[in-house]
Amino acid sequence: MTGKRIVSILAHRLAIIAYVVFALFPLYWLLKVSVTPNKLLYSEGIKMWPSRTSFEHFDFVLKHSEFPTFFKNSLIVSGSTAIIVTVLASLAGYAMSRFSFRGKYWIVTLMLLTQMFPLVMLVAPIFKILSPLGLTNSLTGLVIVYTAFNVPFATFLMQSFFDGIPKDLEEAAMIDGATQFVAFRQIILPLTLPGIAATLGFVFTAAWSELLFSLMLISGNDSATFPVGLLSFVSKFSVDFGQMMAAGVMALIPACLFFLLIQRYLVQGLTAGAVKG
Amino acid sequence: MASHAAARNGGARRDQRPLKKRLADASAPYLYSAPALILIVTVMLVPLILGISYAFRDIQLLNPMSGGFIGLDHFRTLSQDQNFFRALKNTLWWTGWSVLLQFIFGLILALLLDKPFYGRAIVQALVFLPWAVPSFLAGLNWAWLFNPVVGPIPHWLFALGLMNEPYNILSDPQLSMWGPIIANVWWGIPFFAITLLAALQAIPRDLYEAASIDGAGPVQRFISITLPFLAPTIAITVLLRTVWISNFADLIIVMTNGGPADRSQIVASYIFTQAFKRLDFGYASAIALVLLALLISYSMLIVILRQWLLSKD
Repeated sequence: MTGKRIVSILAHRLAIIAYVVFALFPLYWLLKVSVTPNKLLYSEGIKMWPSRTSFEHFDFVLKHSEFPTFFKNSLIVSGSTAIIVTVLASLAGYAMSRFSFRGKYWIVTLMLLTQMFPLVMLVAPIFKILSPLGLTNSLTGLVIVYTAFNVPFATFLMQSFFDGIPKDLEEAAMIDGATQFVAFRQIILPLTLPGIAATLGFVFTAAWSELLFSLMLISGNDSATFPVGLLSFVSKFSVDFGQMMAAGVMALIPACLFFLLIQRYLVQGLTAGAVKG
Repeated sequence: MASHAAARNGGARRDQRPLKKRLADASAPYLYSAPALILIVTVMLVPLILGISYAFRDIQLLNPMSGGFIGLDHFRTLSQDQNFFRALKNTLWWTGWSVLLQFIFGLILALLLDKPFYGRAIVQALVFLPWAVPSFLAGLNWAWLFNPVVGPIPHWLFALGLMNEPYNILSDPQLSMWGPIIANVWWGIPFFAITLLAALQAIPRDLYEAASIDGAGPVQRFISITLPFLAPTIAITVLLRTVWISNFADLIIVMTNGGPADRSQIVASYIFTQAFKRLDFGYASAIALVLLALLISYSMLIVILRQWLLSKD
């Protein structure tokens, strides 16, 4: 080992550490303020760790605020969206992967275009359409909208997973007398389980994070999702930093769980069709 | 396409299947994709067309008398709207800096992660974590970090002598745009790093070995091997990301709400404010239509550039 090599390894490790610190510091701060008792919040404001920690903010948020309702609403919306999108995207992705048919080019183009145009354009018309149907201020309305928004990307994702499975498998099954749908359901789908898990995770996280449409479509507290609830909480009680950050930590939990679940597929799986955040 | 048509004709000549089965087979791909397509058309395409029609109508949610066709009135108002032009300028600023910084730091991170080292898997999971943080939470989190009451950043800047007193840059008209930009960079680095890392790992390793035997230094290897291999990925990712970020209003709405005095308003957040706060759906749709036209021209540029890149190979 020459001196030059040691220096370059050292620089590499230091740069890595800098990135890890930059990535984690905001989340660390969120956690830190959420466990700082109110009395110490201002006196020890910028200390790296408070001299005493407590879970009083979490206790308050769970027992005396509407966050459990928001949490439940978001869970229902994101969970239903993820499941419906994955079913629809598996079917459509299978069609894209296994068949060549008239109009396929236009379907792919349409799906690509939906990834390009500004969704904020749709805020007003979707409100106008859903309002007479009684689907504003309802979780069902949100699920429908989120499902449509996420289906194109999920279809590309599922297609790339299907493309990785040899065609011979279902051809063999069909020679044995199975219809293509049976072969798809009993042979191909089980093989794409990792892909299905990844798609579920992506869609769940996307729906959990969505802000603009839930702000527009939801007005009451009863059907507010987590982002809407947190923002209205912030504008109403903007001095209770401990409580807000405790709620923030709660919003982080499902997203992080899903991330840990899917993160090993990220580099291999995402690259095929990744155009979306 | 030609070979595929020939195969289909060949298949038809030898086709011994009964008509019913043939029909079922021919309709299969449509049946598989129908549910997804119907949903996309009704929830995205129909509102899009409806939204375009709103741009020429007077539609205010709270005014039952509104709804009439008013031609190009919205666009005349728009051409006089100083806030809109400021938002347009801010959009360039916001998109340009966000994409540039995300790309540079994402590329560096990808290069760092491309080298094997002890604990790489766990480091990769940790540095990609911001990407999983919901955008509204990323916005709030950074807004709190910039807040001198609970956040450390103003105090650090004060200690470094960059500020006269710890204050919130989000309420400073000169600097407020940098708050959302920094949050966006933090949030978006992982996306670039993931995409570029995948492209890096596809470069054949023996190329590097051959180059070092020929005496090429690390900088030379980077310029003559890594960059040319990454170029297509970089071009496509940067261009698509530019479109996406110029539409990405969440962080701005959460952190500054366009303020102070519209200094951090971008076009996307301006559209949302018109629809959400002023409930003026007609005017919001007119701005949206202009934004769409701008983005389509930009996308045409992508397509032309892509053709040019492909024809060069």
